[in-house]
Amino acid sequence: MTMHTKTLKQLSQGLQTGEYSSQELTLAYLNRIQQYSALNSFISVTEAQAIAAAKQADALLTAGNAPLLTGIPMAHKDIFCTQGVKTSCGSKMLDNFIAPYNATVVDNLNAAGMVSLGKLNMDEFAMGSSNETSFYGTAYNPWADNTVPGGSSGGSAAAVAARLIPAATGTDTGGSIRQPAAFCGITGLKPTYGRVSRYGMIAYASSLDQGGPMTQTAEDAALMLQAMAGFDPKDSTSAQQDVPNYSTNLNNSLQDLKIGLPKEFFDEGLNNDMATAIETAVNEYKQMGAEIIEVSMPHLKLAIPAYYVIAPAECSANLQRMDGVRFGHRCDNPEDLNDLYIRSRGEGFGTEVKRRILVGTYALSAGYYDAHYIKAQKIRRLITEDFTKALESVDVIMGPVTPTPAFGIGEKTADPIEMYLADIYTIAINLAGLPAMSIPAGFIDNKPVGLQIIGNYFAEAKLLNVAHQYQQVTNWHQQTPKGFE
Amino acid sequence: MQWETVIGLEIHAQLSTKTKIFSGASTAYGAKPNTQACAVDLGLPGVLPVLNQEVVRMAVKFGMAIEAEIADYSVFARKNYFYPDLPKGYQISQMDHPIVGIGHLDIEVGDQTKRIGVTRAHLEEDAGKSLHESFHGSTGIDLNRAGTPLLEIVSEPDMRSAKEAVAYMRKIHELVQYLEISDGNMQEGSFRCDVNISLRPKGQTEYGTRAELKNINSFKFVEKAIFTEVERQKEILEAGGSITQETRLYDADKDETRSMRSKEEANDYRYFPDPDLLPVYISSELRAQVKAELPELPEAKKQRFLNEYKLEAEAANNLASSRPLADYFEALVKTSGCTAKTCSNWVSVELSGALNKKNLSITQSPISAERLAQLLQRIADNTISGKIAKQVFEAMWSNNDSADTIIETKGLKQITDSGAIEAIIDKIIADNQGQVEQYLSGKDKVFGFFVGQTMKASQGKANPAEVNKILKEKLKR
Repeated sequence: MTMHTKTLKQLSQGLQTGEYSSQELTLAYLNRIQQYSALNSFISVTEAQAIAAAKQADALLTAGNAPLLTGIPMAHKDIFCTQGVKTSCGSKMLDNFIAPYNATVVDNLNAAGMVSLGKLNMDEFAMGSSNETSFYGTAYNPWADNTVPGGSSGGSAAAVAARLIPAATGTDTGGSIRQPAAFCGITGLKPTYGRVSRYGMIAYASSLDQGGPMTQTAEDAALMLQAMAGFDPKDSTSAQQDVPNYSTNLNNSLQDLKIGLPKEFFDEGLNNDMATAIETAVNEYKQMGAEIIEVSMPHLKLAIPAYYVIAPAECSANLQRMDGVRFGHRCDNPEDLNDLYIRSRGEGFGTEVKRRILVGTYALSAGYYDAHYIKAQKIRRLITEDFTKALESVDVIMGPVTPTPAFGIGEKTADPIEMYLADIYTIAINLAGLPAMSIPAGFIDNKPVGLQIIGNYFAEAKLLNVAHQYQQVTNWHQQTPKGFE
Repeated sequence: MQWETVIGLEIHAQLSTKTKIFSGASTAYGAKPNTQACAVDLGLPGVLPVLNQEVVRMAVKFGMAIEAEIADYSVFARKNYFYPDLPKGYQISQMDHPIVGIGHLDIEVGDQTKRIGVTRAHLEEDAGKSLHESFHGSTGIDLNRAGTPLLEIVSEPDMRSAKEAVAYMRKIHELVQYLEISDGNMQEGSFRCDVNISLRPKGQTEYGTRAELKNINSFKFVEKAIFTEVERQKEILEAGGSITQETRLYDADKDETRSMRSKEEANDYRYFPDPDLLPVYISSELRAQVKAELPELPEAKKQRFLNEYKLEAEAANNLASSRPLADYFEALVKTSGCTAKTCSNWVSVELSGALNKKNLSITQSPISAERLAQLLQRIADNTISGKIAKQVFEAMWSNNDSADTIIETKGLKQITDSGAIEAIIDKIIADNQGQVEQYLSGKDKVFGFFVGQTMKASQGKANPAEVNKILKEKLKR
């Protein structure tokens, strides 16, 4: 029985009709996780809890009236706090941290009946674009040998692509859902900032972080977002706005849809094959009756420098609580308080995290604050205006997710700037707080290509509709990497 | 050289909310360590602050009471520094957009009134407590206090003496309690202050270099700390030296101040807006609501007591200085049937004296205004004399009986029956013929002797006016 290639939608039908039980499903996926452990996509596999949850789900399914996602396995990026389970955030610092509470997203998906199989690998504290900064070693891209799955939600993308789980949670601060989704050929949705609660999601850059679903299809993303989204009184920045039904409009026609293509997305930085792949995908939309309009984002080139001031500034403060006093890594035999701080943090954090803490601390220092932090905030406003202006004349904006397909392990670790530049198409969207998706749109040298679809604030339903229609006429999203069929 | 002292105060008043400023944990004082600290207070990974709206209301109330500008929108900022009792590694405070802007407060020193400027007042969370004793060389951390709401009230450097500084501090202390936004309890650390002090040659307009004295929690210590610090600075300046800008600690035991850290060693707090909290918008509805709730303030109340009840300035000042005390007094005036002056005396002298002896506040008084009013009614209707009333008061203090019950059971009712008084007086005159002769021969003072004897014989119950009247008749010269 090949259950592992099924979508959430299909699994839901199978469970609700009693074709198979949640326990069968859970065991089948746990087996695959075991079988493909070399992918290193999981940090923790919570077998016992998963089986217990599956039993409960089966009881609910038997009783009838179980919610749609009841009994379906999934896994969380290890950035979401899960009660009683190690929540490491990919760092040595939290290698011993057992969260005493659940993130709201975890509670929400539990309430929807989903069965968590464990915690997924990620770049340390979500800082990275390749999963290589993880304390637990990189996860691998199932599509090609020695290739990164992207990051920071690399474990989530690799596990869904390899069909070790049908869906995962991810978080996206500068592209951390979309880029790994693109690299691994799956569907990833970064919702509007504030749509999904950040409570219990370990903060990297609070004004940019946003959790979202990573699935095989847009249809599945709609189901999962439905369970994840909503106002949370525990998160002051979560939006007090009703959650629409994301599945209702998936089949709306795209006749006369206005698609904006920012000319800055297609300049010299973009790999030729990538440009061709994106054009091909856009042409598919033309066939469906969409209208293509060129738009301009004059401030786009400032997105990376602005991001690398704002995100490190926020993270420098967010990570100060990791001080070896109350939880997390503590050095052996500290001589005094300063020694406790210096060695606990020195030993607990990896290089990339330290780099960003230093950058952020510098950017906020007296005398530099105006030149860096305030200026970056001004740029952020200009970039936001670029997008809101463009979205006045078009329904969605499209472009690549990444300048190239997935790169090799170790290829960019020597040069952090080069690594940062790879996030050029995703970072600006976080600065603007807009929702955006990555969907599979072909291959270059057998490596997946992602098409990015960006929408207006709270227009997730529109994005899902646009993505779903593409997946009705293409089958890129149904491809399974060789060796994982 | 003549030196002028320049003083500014930063007062931290703990706001009396039930729960913390950014979490649902209780703020009650005195619980076992770390039993009132939730995940948010502990700064666990992933937690987020949610503003307790009550603190906004309280800060706005304070702002209105000092006629300050209230911000249209206010921003919380992170103040970054490492300390073991600061769980997040930053304190959520306010920097660029404090909730309360420029305001002022009038103080009285001697018979002078002086206006002290308030620069700003902002909201912030308190840190936890480091416990250095009884951990055998280690330090214990108690995070019960972490996240307790504080209003930091920053004055202009408008004060010129320790006396003015203490007067200002007392006035703020009185005001926050008046507004019922803080219990003002200084022993529990609910009200404490930092003092900025500098000297300058008299006549100079620029300020001298200042030192900041941290965390003083009594009026007496503020006064002493200022004296000590002024002397220290004066000595340095007069020797031709210069003052270092630094933070100093006042040691009350040794009565000295000593350096904690200089400006060079000072933390760069790297303030920036807290991305976890949205800016607070102060709506016109909230302003109107708070304004409507604003109680009569001490100054206005004092003026009213002077005009309406014709009290002496000192009594008016004293009664108006505390809202529950003033309310108690007014309740008496309304129900006791005694004059405002009698009521004022009872509250200021008898009641306050008894309370002070037991170190109780007016709200802890064992005799409610209602009970005392009944006692005063009995003075007004001549059931007992003022003197007997004091006896009854003492009895009321130690049990819950009403004034009437005590008067009844102890038989303290005044004797107004002139026949009974006459009988007592006749006996006294008969027994003291020598004194009668003295009086009749012109020694007026002896009259007092007869009054005293009569009161004594009646156990104080004879109506004094009646006694006077009858004696005058019987001893007619």
